[in-house]
This record gives sequence, C-alpha cells and structure tokens, in this order.
Amino acid sequence: MNFDLTEEQQMIMDQTAKFVAQETPVSRFRKLRETERGWEPEMWARMAEQGWLGIAIPEAQGGFGGSFVDLAIILEQLGRGLVPEPFIASVVLAGGILSDQADEKQCEAYLTPMMEGQTSLAFAYSETQSRYNLSDCLTRAEKVGDGWKISGEKVWVLNGHAADQIIVAARTGGDQLDESGLSLFVVDGDAQGLECIRVPGMDGQRTAVLRFTDVEVSADRLLGREGDAFATIEKAVDRGAAAACAEGLGQVRELFERTVAYLKEREQFGVPIGSFQALQHIASDMYAEMELCNSASILASIQADHPDSEIRKAEISAAKLQLSDGGWFIQKNAIQLFGGIGVTDEQDEGLFFKRLRVLNGLFGDADWHVSRFQSLKAFEAVV
Amino acid sequence: MELSYTPEQDQFRDEVRSWIAESMPATMKKHAEDGANFEHTEVMEWHKILYAKGWAAPGWPEEVGGTGWDVSQRAIFQEECVRANAPSLSPFGLSMVGPLIIQYGNEEQKKRFLPAILAGEEIWCQGYSEPNAGSDLANLQLRAESDGDDYILNGQKTWTTYAQYADWIFVLCRTSAEGKKQEGISFLLADIHNTDGIDVKPFLTTGGTLAFSETWFKDARVPKANRVGPENGGWSMAKALLGHERTGIGGITESERGLTQVKKNAQRTAVGNSTLFDDPTFRARIARKQMRLRAIEIFNLRALAAAQVGHAPGAESSVLKIVGTELQQEVTELSMDALGQNAMGWLDSPEEALPSHQQAIASQFNYLRAATIYGGSNEIQKNIISKHLLRLPSA
Repeated sequence: MNFDLTEEQQMIMDQTAKFVAQETPVSRFRKLRETERGWEPEMWARMAEQGWLGIAIPEAQGGFGGSFVDLAIILEQLGRGLVPEPFIASVVLAGGILSDQADEKQCEAYLTPMMEGQTSLAFAYSETQSRYNLSDCLTRAEKVGDGWKISGEKVWVLNGHAADQIIVAARTGGDQLDESGLSLFVVDGDAQGLECIRVPGMDGQRTAVLRFTDVEVSADRLLGREGDAFATIEKAVDRGAAAACAEGLGQVRELFERTVAYLKEREQFGVPIGSFQALQHIASDMYAEMELCNSASILASIQADHPDSEIRKAEISAAKLQLSDGGWFIQKNAIQLFGGIGVTDEQDEGLFFKRLRVLNGLFGDADWHVSRFQSLKAFEAVV
Repeated sequence: MELSYTPEQDQFRDEVRSWIAESMPATMKKHAEDGANFEHTEVMEWHKILYAKGWAAPGWPEEVGGTGWDVSQRAIFQEECVRANAPSLSPFGLSMVGPLIIQYGNEEQKKRFLPAILAGEEIWCQGYSEPNAGSDLANLQLRAESDGDDYILNGQKTWTTYAQYADWIFVLCRTSAEGKKQEGISFLLADIHNTDGIDVKPFLTTGGTLAFSETWFKDARVPKANRVGPENGGWSMAKALLGHERTGIGGITESERGLTQVKKNAQRTAVGNSTLFDDPTFRARIARKQMRLRAIEIFNLRALAAAQVGHAPGAESSVLKIVGTELQQEVTELSMDALGQNAMGWLDSPEEALPSHQQAIASQFNYLRAATIYGGSNEIQKNIISKHLLRLPSA
C-alpha cells in the first residue's frame, strides 16, 4: 500500500499543470467552443510531443510503459483548464482498447499515429435505446466475403465528429441484449456509408451521432476475437469512468478554490461574506467532499486495470458514485456561493459546472453504478 | 501508487485472522455474531488477550510496547478485528493519554503509566468537558490551586465516558486565570480510587446504557508530579490529543461492521418468498453507504500513510470526523429501517418479539446520535477547517 507519487509522476504533474496554465487556460476553451471541431490538431500534436498520448501504452507498442495513475495525473490538470482535445476518447478509450486487443499490424496502423499526435480516435458503443446497458446493441456486422458490412447507429460518440478512426461495437451474433456476439471493428472516419451528425453538447464540447449504412471493412479491421468483445467494452467504459473521476477532480478543485477565493474577496454588509458562519460551513463541507473525490480518483486510477474484473467494477463504481454525489455537492454550492454572477456565461464557474455534470452522466451515472455495485458477488458475501 | 498487498502482507493477514479465531472465547464470539453491546468485562478480557500477544497498542513505538507494524499491517490488523466483530478496546488509555504521555511526558511518567495502560491493568477516562465548557472547551473552570507539591482540584467534569470503570482520569484544569483563557490550562493525571474528593456519578444515555458520567472534584489533591507538560501549557497538548482521538473517531471500522450487520439482518428478514436483502430499494441503500465508506476508507488510508512518514494529523482529522460520523449514524439508521416493526423493541424486549441479534440495534441507534457531537462537534470541526485550512476571515 502506497499513495505517494513517484518522482517521475510528480514531474509529470508539475509539467502538465504548467503547460495547461500557460498554453491552454480556460480562455482558450472559450474560443474553441465556438468552432466546428471544438479542438485543434496543432495542440493535439503538442500534447503528443509532451509524451502524454502514449504515456500508459507499453513500451513494446511504442509507448512509455506508464500506468493509469499517470493518465489520471494528466487528466486532472486537463480538467482544470477544460482542455477540449479528445484525450479520453482517443487515449483512454480507443487507445486502451487497441493496446489490449490490436495485433502488431493494427497497432502500427492505428495506435502509433495516434500516439504521435497525427490522428485522433473515437470509440462508438452507445445507442439511442441502450442507456448504460453495454450489451444492448442493435448495430450489426455481417460477413461479406472476407470482410464485414456494418449497419446501425451510434450516439454520443466522443470525438466522433473529428476522429480519423472509430472503433465501433457491432453485433456479429446473438440478440439485442446478449453479452455474447459483440465484436469491435476499426472504421475510418471518412468511410463510405458513414454519416456523421455533429452534436454540440451542454459542456461546449462536440460529440457525434454516427450512422453506418452498409459500411464495408476488410477482415483485418476486426479487433480481437469475433463475438467476444463484451468484456473489452466493459473494461474500456470502466477506464472511461476512472478518467471521468480524474478529469472531474480537476474541475472540482477549480470550483472549490475559486469559491473560497471569492468568499474572501466579495464584501456585503461591510464585511467579506466568507466571515459568515453559514457560508464557512458550506465551504468546509465542500472541502470534505473534494478530499473524498480526490480519494475516489486515486482509488479508480489504481484499480482501473485490475486483473480481477469483479474488484475493478466494485472499486470503479464506488469512485464514480463519489464523483457524482460529491461533485454535485461542490458544483451546486459553488454556484450558490457566487450568487447571481454564478449563472452568467461570462464567469468560468458555469463552464466547470456544465462539464462536471456531463462527466456525471458519462460511463454510468450514480444510480447505474449503485445498481451494478449491488449486483456483484462481493456485495452478497457477508464475512 | 499501490493498493494491493504483498504476499508477506497476505500471509500476515492469514496469521492475524487465524489467531483471532483461535483466541476469541466462545461467549465473546456469540456476542460478536449478534452484534451485541459488549460488556466492559468482555472488552477488558479481549484487551488482556491482545496484550499477552503483544498486540494491544499497534500504533505505539516499539520501545514502549508497540508492535513495530507499518501502516499496512496496522490497517490489516484493524480490518481483521472488524471482520471478526472483536470488541473495540477503550481508546482513552491506548489511543489518547498513552500517545500524549509518549509525546510530552517525562521519563518517570512514561515508566509509571505506559506499562499499566498497555496491560489493561489501569483503565482511563477523559476529563475535558464541563457543564459550561462544551464546544467552548477553553472556558473550562475546574480549578487547580497550587499547594506545595500538590494541586487542589475543585469543580466538575461531565461526559466522562465510562468513568465508572476507570482507575485514572486525565483532566484539563485551570491553573491560572491570567491572560487568554487558553493560556491558563494544565494537563493533570488523577488517581480516581486513591484520591479523596473525586466522585463519579454515571447517568443513563438514550441508548439505555451508562456510557457517561459526571465526575466531581472536591478538594481533591493531585501531586504536581502528575502534571504532563508545563504548567499553563495544557491547551496545545489537549488539541494534539484531540488530533489523536479524531483519527479513530471517524468510526470507519464501526461503520464497516454496521453494514455487515445490516446485510446479515436483511438476509434473515423474510419478505414474502424472498428476503429484505433482495428488495432492490433497500439493497441500493446499503450499496450507497458501502460505496461511500470505500471513499472514506481510502481517505483514511492516505491520512495514515501520511502519518507514517511523520506528517501530523491536521485538517484531515476534522474531515474524517465529519464524514465518518455522519456515515456511522446513517448506517445505524439503515439498521433500524431493516427492523421494520421490530424497531419498536428495546434492550429488554423478550426473544419472542425481538431476536437476540436485533436486541442492541435500537440502543446503538440512539447512543450514536452522540457521534456527531462528541470529540468536538461536527460544527466545531467545520470551524476548524474554515479557520485553519481555508483561512476564511473571522466574523
């Protein structure tokens, strides 16, 4: 048991914090949220230069051989700056799947250019009827000759509007709700038959609806074993939840720190409002929840790649619940303590509030994680 | 960062687990199984069993009888004690005055007091609060007048937990009325049985047990040799001690135990053809508490790990006190809800109406309303966080 950052990790944190503050503060996101793409390939390439995009990929695959903790350290800082580049979609979700499932050639073709910042990726798994049920999949892939033909529709695909390649979950067997019969394919963003509807979101970021109509891919686009992808999808989404805990922690910290600073500076009745005990106690409760969000993110980042999937699920769910509940406590009270200006678009607090609420609903919301937690074998066992 | 245990640590866990299973007497096991209130005699019996093994004070330095375990081993030991539902030892000697004497006491005091605390031969209680010094602790009025080599004590302490079982009491008393009220306070150790003029009167709590007492001092003579630290220098030590107290005061282990108990009770409670444990609404409520507890546990482990490398417990103790005791109470609320109509029962309800494994639940539910009050109320903890950590301006 050990909660210390290594010297190297401490360095990553300091460098990321500095980079975000200097190169991509919230003001940059403000400008980008008005643009079509919502993020910049030039910045993506610079993030690759920093070594961030391949940090948790094994050295054998051309990465730096780090762990999920390294990803979490970076994500927390990106969260502080509301950095809109597709780190979760491309590095955590798609990058993680490729690293786990892709063969050498597939790694070279899709993972290497992404790590070098030349391309970005997406992972398309949700459908309009599926909510958080990862086995609920109507998108189908039929065998045609040596290859596959994919048809169906995916929604809320992070970076789906800009990705060079999309990993899509499609049914190659079984019925709509079956866990078996799911497969993963790599589809090019400009493939014939793929229609992309850009979806602006509450948080100022972009996602996409991707409509696949008889999209043909060759046999070497199948990742891993045919019909056997459910566990991989579950794992990818758990990694997404752990990433949400880390990025969300960055926003939680920003909201908390900004609120405390405001309590000291804003005067009413001739005194700083932070001298009022009613507000001090809310701020103290916010501090406590922030510390628990921090603990939850640490828990999630340590356990994200746990080999025992039951343990991984329990820990990730506990962490995500804390981000949802504790994060909500902090975000709603931050706005309350800022008063009227907290609901103006001009103030950054509202931007953090929105992003945090989006993360809250991504990769399983609080109720879904509670529901999953209580369905695990470990919950039954009373020692 | 790493959460998992090494093979050596796993082996250590196995050793602790089988030792507890072998060492716990049968009647104690039955009470543990029922989640009952342990009798004082049982707590002391368990203390002596642990002492004989050398495990009574895992957190103390090795040279004064600690185990020399690192943070992980201590956490493992604690987990296994909870899983076995073993009695919690009285904290006043082992976790409070003991560490204070280790830190601030002179050599004679260490020799005189520590071995008896460790062995459970002398039982301690805490004399901090007074009728007019609760949250405003520094307002305490128990007078200690200098008289040659002694102090003469006059006044009253209250909320002296389990004072009726104690041999010794550590008190904060006023040795000077000069200056700020925090500056005239000293820390004394008083022998309850062998000092004339100390009178202990236990009173009933809403939990139906005699958990607290009032302790009166009338011309009680305490040797100056029993003062820990300098005269008028007691306040800062008292605060340090509250820090020690709070690391255990979050009630994390108790909440864990409580959740296991709720699950067991829910599994044993029939609802139609199924059980309460299979009721999705109730199950989700248990799950939420267990998940929240996990985040608090990690927070606590981080604090322990920091303490291991010499970082003094600061605001994290306050956070732990707040979130831990709130959860602890919520778990007792769940326990009560699991009872359904049986929640009408009480400690002396007959077995026909209330099975023995449910008998103590209402008592614990009532008693633990104190958890957010004792050890510095949760509101006081928020004041501490606001002032010392967030540095918010005073009114």
